[in-house]
Amino acid sequence: MADLEHTDTARAVDTWSLGGKEFTSRFILGSGKFRLDVVKAAVEDAGAQIVTLAVRRANTEQEGNILESIPAGVTLLPNTSGARTAEEAVRIARLARELGCGDFIKVEVIRDAKYLLPDNAETVRATEMLANEGFVVLPYMYPDLNVARDLVSAGAAAVMPLGAPIGSNRGLVTRDFIRILIEEIDLPVIVDAGIGRPSQACEAMEMGAAAVMANTAVATAGNIPLMAHAFGRAVEAGRAAYLAGPGRVLENAGEASSPLTGFLEEEAR
Amino acid sequence: MSEFDQSAPAVRRIPVGKRCWRLTEMNEADIHTDRVLDPMAFLPDMDVLGCEMFDRVLDAVEVYDPDAVTPADVRRVLDADVVEPEDVGVLFAPAAESFIEEMARRARAERVRWFGTNIQFFTPLYLANYCENRCVYCGFNCESGIHRARLNEQQTIAELDAIAATGQEEILLLTGEDPVTSDIAYIARACELAAERFRNVGIEIYPANVSDYATLRAAGADYVTVFQETYDPVRYGKMHLRGRKRIMPYRFEAQERALKGGMRGVAFAPLLGLSEFRHDALACALHAYYINRAYPHAEISFSCPRLRPAAGAVTPKGPHVTERQLLQVICAYRIFMPFAGVTVSSRERAGFRDHVATITATKVSAGVSTGIGEHTHQAEEGDDQFEIADNRSLAEMCAAMRKMGLEPVMNDHVLV
Repeated sequence: MADLEHTDTARAVDTWSLGGKEFTSRFILGSGKFRLDVVKAAVEDAGAQIVTLAVRRANTEQEGNILESIPAGVTLLPNTSGARTAEEAVRIARLARELGCGDFIKVEVIRDAKYLLPDNAETVRATEMLANEGFVVLPYMYPDLNVARDLVSAGAAAVMPLGAPIGSNRGLVTRDFIRILIEEIDLPVIVDAGIGRPSQACEAMEMGAAAVMANTAVATAGNIPLMAHAFGRAVEAGRAAYLAGPGRVLENAGEASSPLTGFLEEEAR
Repeated sequence: MSEFDQSAPAVRRIPVGKRCWRLTEMNEADIHTDRVLDPMAFLPDMDVLGCEMFDRVLDAVEVYDPDAVTPADVRRVLDADVVEPEDVGVLFAPAAESFIEEMARRARAERVRWFGTNIQFFTPLYLANYCENRCVYCGFNCESGIHRARLNEQQTIAELDAIAATGQEEILLLTGEDPVTSDIAYIARACELAAERFRNVGIEIYPANVSDYATLRAAGADYVTVFQETYDPVRYGKMHLRGRKRIMPYRFEAQERALKGGMRGVAFAPLLGLSEFRHDALACALHAYYINRAYPHAEISFSCPRLRPAAGAVTPKGPHVTERQLLQVICAYRIFMPFAGVTVSSRERAGFRDHVATITATKVSAGVSTGIGEHTHQAEEGDDQFEIADNRSLAEMCAAMRKMGLEPVMNDHVLV
């Protein structure tokens, strides 16, 4: 009974925050590759509270703009895809504000059309400029510890290291380096890009990631709402396992047998 | 070495790369006379980037033997995760035709991975059909008796407004290739007017110098399409008799000059059917590949026009490209460069375009007119460049794409 109460307490306090907003869901859904008529269902079935969208995609008078497909109450995380320099990212971020997307911005500075790998140096510059303009900046980055530290200094609200190239569904290819960021960086570490299956999202959360983002893996599933649901639950499961970690440590400490150090007790006798 | 090597004294020509020259002086009248210009010699006022890429592509195509490709070769290439440039020719070969269903499956998986179910729309606006070139297959060629027209500023505004009112947000501005009648300043003004009304402005004009592309970029255009027509130098010379278009390597280096001028992306195409389409498709794929290697930030896209009959032109006798072969080419592009855009022309019939959009194409035109001033039916309408097979309006195309499970996207771009 006591254990169950402990579990409930852990869940109750397990929120995280970005830019002064509190969130209970740790699954961030991308919207770039969806048919608009399934975006809403995917968001709801995933339980997502943050949804990313490309500013360039929202930059339209088109009827059925993607902005209209995202349920009310969800925090928009517009991204700067299309930017190849820090200055371009800043211009796109300002446009996001004008479009009514709020102050959150995911910085993507990419000058590689084939793998879409982020330009870390330009990303640091963009982060600093945007943080100075009052944006809540979430930079998409290649997981490099020194760059992550620079992003902290530049005013980032979180860091978003890639698990694998965007859209590759290859999972946590950069696992060991993301682990280093989780250990060393005090900001939320959000694993972004390359997550192809719910089990991979779960693993990232078990490692201690603050949240996981996915787009292609859900958008290309046979049943999109069901896959969104699966991702949402996998992220919860991974988070619960991470939180459960300290309990397991206590359990080990309580083991009766101490085969290596048991002899120390002889002194007292 | 071309047939023109003997005609000019060496002092007037400087070698460029393995195949080309740059003229240091010339007689202007030569531009407007059939078969006088050496197709491999840059004119004195043309930017020259060195022809290294040109030579690499032509070297590869020269040794390409599609008939030597076996089904085992196709199997090996399709089993690999990544198609190497030395292997891509296999996918254009006759032996790959029997793998078309498998190629389509792989192409569709890549298309979905990179572009989801999005399908982008655009429409072309023909600003002028004056042309200094004589391309034997083209309705705009300078000797054809078609009605010529060039939109003035007010007419341009009227056409742009009429197109914008249909809901289009991306426009492709085209001219015939006459740098005097449709000079850079004229096109730049059209780009400015278009950028005020559209979120995405591309241009398909005569190849220009780096500084010209920079001017057009500053005016609001940021995507450049240049069709190479054919990558076979002998055929190229026979098809393009006069005008600056006759200079083959200058056309080849247009995309690179556009990128040096600051453009975001570039599109490539041979006119399939003008020469051996398998060789031309390979050359085009390698052209795009080497541009990506040299300019990794650039957006790349392929267009896939087949030769169509046109008023005022002869239809050259060449190998007819079937729909099956066209699909093979487009799927091979997608498998080789999965991140590249693919545009399918309104020259193709509706049923073909609808299905290809689900397999590999990422952009389609709608509400197309290839004449001058036809969107507003102004008095001075010019004749069409070629006949189109898919006359559907934007609304009709959107409905058709939704029916195919695709999401129409009017814009996916921010001009920065």
